[in-house]
Amino acid sequence: MAKTGNKLAEVLTSRESDITSQWLELQAKSWKNISASEQLETARKSRQFMESLKLAARDGKIENVSGPQWEPVRELLAEVSASRAKAGYTPIETASFVFSLKEALFNILREEIVDDPAALAESIWQATTFIDKLGLFTMDSFQKSREDIISRQQQELLELSTPVVRLWENVLALPLIGTLDSARTQIVMQNLLDAIVATRSDYAIIDITGVPVVDTLVAQHLLKTVAAARLMGADCMISGIRPQIAQTIIHLGVDLSGVTTKATLSDAFAVALRRSGYTIVKDAKGAKNGREEKQTSAGAN
Amino acid sequence: MERIPILKMGEFLLVTIQVDMHDRLALTLQDDLTASIVKYRSRGVLIDISALEMVDSFIGRMLGTIASMATLLDASTVVVGMQPSVAITLVELGLPLRGIRTALDVEKGMLTLHSLLAVNGESGDDGH
Amino acid sequence: MTVISSESLEIRSSEDIVTVRQAVRKKSVTLGFGLVDQTKVVTASSELARNTLDYGGGGTVRLEILENDRKSGLRLIFEDKGPGIPDIERALSDGFTTGSGMGLGLGGAKRLSHDFEIISKPGEGTRVSIVRWK
Repeated sequence: MAKTGNKLAEVLTSRESDITSQWLELQAKSWKNISASEQLETARKSRQFMESLKLAARDGKIENVSGPQWEPVRELLAEVSASRAKAGYTPIETASFVFSLKEALFNILREEIVDDPAALAESIWQATTFIDKLGLFTMDSFQKSREDIISRQQQELLELSTPVVRLWENVLALPLIGTLDSARTQIVMQNLLDAIVATRSDYAIIDITGVPVVDTLVAQHLLKTVAAARLMGADCMISGIRPQIAQTIIHLGVDLSGVTTKATLSDAFAVALRRSGYTIVKDAKGAKNGREEKQTSAGAN
Repeated sequence: MERIPILKMGEFLLVTIQVDMHDRLALTLQDDLTASIVKYRSRGVLIDISALEMVDSFIGRMLGTIASMATLLDASTVVVGMQPSVAITLVELGLPLRGIRTALDVEKGMLTLHSLLAVNGESGDDGH
Repeated sequence: MTVISSESLEIRSSEDIVTVRQAVRKKSVTLGFGLVDQTKVVTASSELARNTLDYGGGGTVRLEILENDRKSGLRLIFEDKGPGIPDIERALSDGFTTGSGMGLGLGGAKRLSHDFEIISKPGEGTRVSIVRWK
């Protein structure tokens, strides 16, 4: 057993450059839409891989790819997986980095171990075993990298999609677009409360025109947000209640009795202004001046 | 023994909670406040919790008790300065905080107290 | 899941509840929790520490920092040798209380945590474990 274990390691050392160049040829077959710089990078990584592999096979146990001597190999594979996940490669394209090594290695092994079929079989078996394990490891890393990317993008999306708008000195508006799940609610509450503190607003309006579904959970999230704003001394209203939403809310038995609700954002805004002590007055002269201004700027364009 | 100081501000009392309160301190505060409301015939109490990084059900109970006792003595209570992370946590915790009015800070709290007194048809300052 | 650090504290008096809160705050800052997450776990610990003291007759809390290759978190394990809770379902639903007060401790702590486990038998004490992940 020790003899053939060493045989594989020997071949990896003595025929390193041949194995590498065959391997690169095999990889190149699947390089359809890959830029020259990416090809160079892959070639470089492949050479590094062979270097680390040679040492790992020599110093460590060939079957135990999770051992410490295989650390450099695993690290390199993790790097390749991460960069490929980021670049949008498929899982198969990423794993083929490792799996394509098999054919090259088998060819060279057949050349080197000529008159000992048992030894050849043993070496090929060992080669296929460690390559499979490394291939699976590559898939796993790829998966993890993809998950990391997705969760980071989710977070960015969450933060971008809940802006708080200052409608007037004392009035904030939060137009919600899309679903309201518990993760989003946390962001919404944080943004809203921070804005209440920063602007010292007494009124906030959550507009749900852009929220397609209002079920019990969404209603609970809305009520939580209203309650949180109240604890900060701000009165929170809900606007954008479409007829179907109104019906759903009644059916669900959600208690919105403590909350001012309006069909439109403008209605809610008018209420907030009135409660803040503002009166809106229509003035004929002002309207005439406005129409003239409009004409002038239209003409200038 | 340490006590939380109570400041007289006209017809109102101001309490600023700045320490991580343990039980005895909370009970002492309740006693001191009720005594002060009676002594100064205060119409309102402002409790400033802007230094509190956490409000649990015990502190919530204490605030509720203070508000109830103040009401019995014909005074209104406004809790001011709750930190956003505390508000979000309280809402998640499910603490009802019934009968407790809140305002953003001391200034708005005073305005709230004034308007509460005006609504009740009696106010020292604007001479109704 | 590995426990990479563990610290035990006694809960025998109401001053100890403050100590527990401060220790939990410190650990959650070390873990890099955001402010809201810190507040949630500190508040949950205050509720459970109070339960341990008031209903459990005193006990201990173990603070553990957990880590695996995907995430890290803070686990708090509260144990007492008190009378135990006969009806856990009822205790978890709000409003339950054997004494005066709001009795929100158990349900509240559960709502503020990501993971929640409770083992309690009458006469055998109570063990509550909560985890908040980063």
